[in-house]
Amino acid sequence: MASNFSIKHQPGFTAIAATCFVVLYLPIIVLVAYAFNAANSTSEWGGFSMRWFQSAGQNVQVIDATLRSFQIGAVAAVLSTIFATMAALATTRTAPYPGLTFKYAAINQPLMVPEIVTGVALLIFFSRIKIFTGYSGLGYLIAAHTAFCIPFAYLPIRARLENMDLTLERAAADLYATPWKTFRRITLPLLWPGILAGLMLAFVISLDDVVITEFVKSGGQDTLPTYMLGQIRRGITPEINAISTAFLLLSVAIVTLFFFVSRKRD
Amino acid sequence: MPDKPDRNAIEVVNVSKIFGSGDGQVAALDTVSVSIRENEFFTLLGPSGCGKTTLLRLIAGFDFPTAGEILLYGQDIALLPPFKRPVNTVFQSYALFPHMTVADNIGFGLEMLGKPKAEIKARVAEMLKLVKMEALAGRRTSQISGGQQQRVALARALAPQPKVLLLDEPLSALDYKLRKEMQIELKRLQHETGITFIFVTHDQEEALTMSDRIAVMSSGKILQVGSPRDIYDRPAERFVADFIGESNFLKADVVGVSGGRATVKLSSGTEIPASLPDGFSPSGKVTIVVRPEHAQLGGASPSASLSGTVENIVYLGTDTHFHLRLAGGEPFIVRRQNSRGAGDGIVQGGQIGIMIGSDAAQVLKD
Repeated sequence: MASNFSIKHQPGFTAIAATCFVVLYLPIIVLVAYAFNAANSTSEWGGFSMRWFQSAGQNVQVIDATLRSFQIGAVAAVLSTIFATMAALATTRTAPYPGLTFKYAAINQPLMVPEIVTGVALLIFFSRIKIFTGYSGLGYLIAAHTAFCIPFAYLPIRARLENMDLTLERAAADLYATPWKTFRRITLPLLWPGILAGLMLAFVISLDDVVITEFVKSGGQDTLPTYMLGQIRRGITPEINAISTAFLLLSVAIVTLFFFVSRKRD
Repeated sequence: MPDKPDRNAIEVVNVSKIFGSGDGQVAALDTVSVSIRENEFFTLLGPSGCGKTTLLRLIAGFDFPTAGEILLYGQDIALLPPFKRPVNTVFQSYALFPHMTVADNIGFGLEMLGKPKAEIKARVAEMLKLVKMEALAGRRTSQISGGQQQRVALARALAPQPKVLLLDEPLSALDYKLRKEMQIELKRLQHETGITFIFVTHDQEEALTMSDRIAVMSSGKILQVGSPRDIYDRPAERFVADFIGESNFLKADVVGVSGGRATVKLSSGTEIPASLPDGFSPSGKVTIVVRPEHAQLGGASPSASLSGTVENIVYLGTDTHFHLRLAGGEPFIVRRQNSRGAGDGIVQGGQIGIMIGSDAAQVLKD
């Protein structure tokens, strides 16, 4: 009987599933629909129009925030992926030892500590450094984003490494490859899909962040999400819907790419 | 092979390998010493967990001994990393690089050694020809069959012309027919390349077919080293006799020892000659071993060494196995080759004599 058990045949399954899908997707569908509203309202339909996309595209603040988001996301994604790759190598290419679990926990700390706590802590920490050094550039945001992106980059890379046959590296060493050459010629090419997946995931996570960014940013350092948050406080126009829709498309595109890259197996 | 020089390629001297620490210590190898001659096909044979793969890994450099020396042509290599040893390995899983072509896999070792491109190309072509894989040089390793992967793994390990080739149960993943083919192929490759092969297997038949010499291992020790015929005909210990082929074990008393041979008295009172393991001089009670095909059946005559009751007759086409029960209660099997024609009158339940020839019995050390 156990092997024939199917959750689909439980009473109420269809209703629960349908409710979940409606709750998940209906708000998004409504949001996307009103991005094409000709009227000034996000709740009353006034005909189809692309005007809010045009308006967002010409809004200097939006362009500025978008570019900043990309800049922070790109740098943080690359840095966190490098750190995550090193961490993944160090935690998989060694015999298990006491303290290894603790290291996993340390690497994955951003997944466990509430963002608001990290945000407040960084605000206090960075403000001291700002006073001390006088520097108030994007470096703080990049450092913060890099830190919380590491576990997201780390997970796919570690998964890939754990599935990789250690014998391949042993075979390379047997065939006169030094440790560095073994890494360059065998480990890195085989790990590449994992690294790309980690990079994309980290980029999306960085783009999406609000809480930590809100605490860490200095004046004039709005990213797209914090800009949107600021706009909503002042009253919503469908411009926000248009920006959200573009943002949604970008995220879906990257996550789709991530799916294909991480699915690729030799 | 009479023309083989007695130069040692590998000398393993008092090597121990201990895993774990404290109470959890396990000696995978316990003060093992063995010499492997240049150009020979040497097999490490034993059940899983006997230490054969550990010894191979120590020679390859994937692990380091707890104590002892490993000499390659006189030079101690025990602590060198694998990429500094002129020794290559054929892995049980083949371990071909999945992101490279067949040709790139084979050329990898030479490339790492910094050989010029032209030389690598020529050598790869030569290797492809040697293993009959010319047509598949440009394929990815995931696009070829298991048997072909096996050949590529061999070519890859042979390409840098190692001083010693290590083979870690390379045939275990192949089906029976392919395994038989590869056994002959390996023998041919060893002969053509003149490279010393060290082959690890748990398959006694594979060991007997291919090896110049075999070392039988058990529980981290080497029990006996010798030619396949030595190991089969003159096993020194009960484990060796039991692990390789079928055996009849009999209790006997030593009556006399002279010139490396003993006279032993069987439970029936008959005295027969038996050969002794090298340098072993027994006295008192011993166990002797007789291979089933080295004993003959005869009438219950006084000339027979032993007599027993026929319990079972198993006809196997090429030969017949007679399962006997001796007067003292011990089992005894006699194997006889069949010829065409009528039966031989031996029937189940009948009394029968067993003749043990003058060179059929071997005294065991334990």
